[in-house]
Amino acid sequence: MAHVLPAVAVTPAIAEASKRKSRVAYFLLIPGLAWLAIFFVVPLVTLFMTSLQTESVTSPGKYVPGLQLSNYTDALAEYWPQFLRSFLYAGLATGFALLIAYPLAYFIAFKAGNWRSLMLVLVVAPSFASFLLRTYAWKTILADDGPVTSTLNSLHLLPDGRILNTGIAVVAGLTYNFLPFMVLPLYASLDKIDYRLIEAGNDLYGSPQQVFRKVTWPLSLPGVVAGTLLTFIPAAGDFINAELLGSTKDKMIGNVIQTNFIEFRDYPTASALSFALMTVILVMVLSYIRRSGTEDLV
Amino acid sequence: MRWIRQNVIGAIAILVLLYLFLPIAVVIIFSFNNPVGKYNLSWNEFSLDAWSQICGVPGVCSSFVTSIQIGLITTTFATILGTLIAFALVRYRFRGRSSTNLLIFMPMATPEIVMGSSLLALFLNLSFPLGAVTIMIAHIMFIISFVVVAVKARLQGMDPRLEEAARDLYASPYATFRYVTFPLVLPGIIGAALLGFSLSFDDFIISFFNAGTLVTFPIYIWGAAQRGIPPQVNALASLVFMSALLIVLSAQLVAWRKRRSLATR
Repeated sequence: MAHVLPAVAVTPAIAEASKRKSRVAYFLLIPGLAWLAIFFVVPLVTLFMTSLQTESVTSPGKYVPGLQLSNYTDALAEYWPQFLRSFLYAGLATGFALLIAYPLAYFIAFKAGNWRSLMLVLVVAPSFASFLLRTYAWKTILADDGPVTSTLNSLHLLPDGRILNTGIAVVAGLTYNFLPFMVLPLYASLDKIDYRLIEAGNDLYGSPQQVFRKVTWPLSLPGVVAGTLLTFIPAAGDFINAELLGSTKDKMIGNVIQTNFIEFRDYPTASALSFALMTVILVMVLSYIRRSGTEDLV
Repeated sequence: MRWIRQNVIGAIAILVLLYLFLPIAVVIIFSFNNPVGKYNLSWNEFSLDAWSQICGVPGVCSSFVTSIQIGLITTTFATILGTLIAFALVRYRFRGRSSTNLLIFMPMATPEIVMGSSLLALFLNLSFPLGAVTIMIAHIMFIISFVVVAVKARLQGMDPRLEEAARDLYASPYATFRYVTFPLVLPGIIGAALLGFSLSFDDFIISFFNAGTLVTFPIYIWGAAQRGIPPQVNALASLVFMSALLIVLSAQLVAWRKRRSLATR
C-alpha cells in the first residue's frame, strides 16, 4: 500500500472519505470482475453440472440434467492411464525445465551485466513464433533420419531406436514449450537476492556447493515454486505435444478431453474428466503452496 | 575453480538459449523450402515461392487476418478491464480484496483445456452460436489476469512522491492523473497490451474449443498439421516473430538510451 493510515481516531470526515474511495474502487473493479465471474466461474459450475448429465431416454445422443456420479467412475476407469501419464509427463517436463532454467536464470541475474535485458528478451522471444509451429518443428529436429536421433542411436541410448512418436519426444516438447515460464519467475526471485549474501558465504569459506545449498537456493525458493507451477499446470493439460510428437500410446488427458468433447460429443464424460483434472491440480497446487510457505503469488 | 564454475554456468546459459531458438531456426529455414510431397518436414531445395506468394494457399491469409482482428478487439477490452482492476487493487482499500486476488489468480492456475471446455459447456447449454464472439469472450477472460499482474507491477514500482509533488503544487486530482500518473503507468499498460495481443494471437486450446467453424491462424495450423503445413505458414510465422522481436528490441533501445541520457545529464 502506498498510503499507510495513521493510527488516529477515525473522524466522521475521514470515514466518509474512505467510504467514497471504496465506492470508486468497486466502480473500477466491477466490469472486470463481472467478466471473470460470468465467463470463468459460471462455466466451471456449468462444467460440473454437465459432468453429471445423463443420456436422454427418448432421444439418444442428447443429454439431460441429472446426478449421474458414475460418469466420473466410468471415465476414470477407462482413462486412468492417460490421467496418470499426464501428471508423469508434466512432472518430468517440470523437473527438466527447472534443471536447465536455473543456470540460465542465475547467469542472467548475476553474471550478464549489460546483456541482462537483451537476454531476457531472448528468453521471451521464441513465444512470438507460433506455439504450434515450434512444436511441429521438433518433428523435423527429432526425425528418425535426423542428426539428433542418429547420434543418440550410435551411442545406443534410445530403447526404441527413435525419439519421434515416443514419450521422450512428448516430454522434450513440453519441456521446451514451457521453459520461459520457468526462467522468468526464477530470474525475478534470483534478481531480488542481495548478492552480498552470496559473497559473504564465499568469504566465510563456504564451498560453492555449500553457498548454493544454504544461501542461493533457499532465497530463490519463491521463484522455484512459481516457476514449477507455471510450467506444471499448462503441461498437465496440454494435448498439442502429445498429438504432434507422440504416438497413440503417449496420449495425455488433454487429448482424451478434446476428442470426447469435440469429436465424440460425449459431453458428460469429457466434462467429468475436465473437472477432475482441475480438482486434482487445484489440490496439488494448494498443498504445494502451503508446504513451501509462499502464499503471496499474485 | 571459481573461474571454471562461472564459465560453466555461462556456457550452459548459452546452450539453453540456443535450445530455445533451435525450432525458430527450423521454422524460418523451412519457409525457404520447396517441399517434396505435402509435408514440409525435410529439406529439399531453396525456394522463395512461399514468400513471393505468401497468400498463395487458400485459407492461410484469411485465418491470419482473423487472428489479428480478434487479437486487436480482445486486447482493447482486456487491457481496459484489467487496468481498472489494477488501479483499484493498488490505490484503494476495499472489502473483498483477498477474494478479488483469488479470482484474478485462478484463471492463471487453471489449465487452458479446463477453461476452454467449461466455456464450451456453457455456450452449448445456452445454445449460444460458436464463432468470433465466443472466441473473443474467452480470450478477454483469460487475458484480464495477465494485464492486472503487469499493470499492478508498474503501479507498485512507481515513486509515490511524484504524485504527492503534483498535489502539493495544487494540481487537481484529475490533472494529477492526466499529467503524472497516467504517463508514468502508460509503458506498463502498453506492455500489458502487447502481452495480451501475443497471448490472443497465439492461443490455440481455448480458441479450438469455442471456434465453431471459424478458423484462426493457430486453428489453421492445427488442421494443416494433419495434411501437411504449407511453407507459407512458416513465412507468416517468421514475419510475426521478426516484427515482434523488432518492436521489443527497439523498446529496449529507447529505454536504454533514456537511461543513458539521464545518467550523463
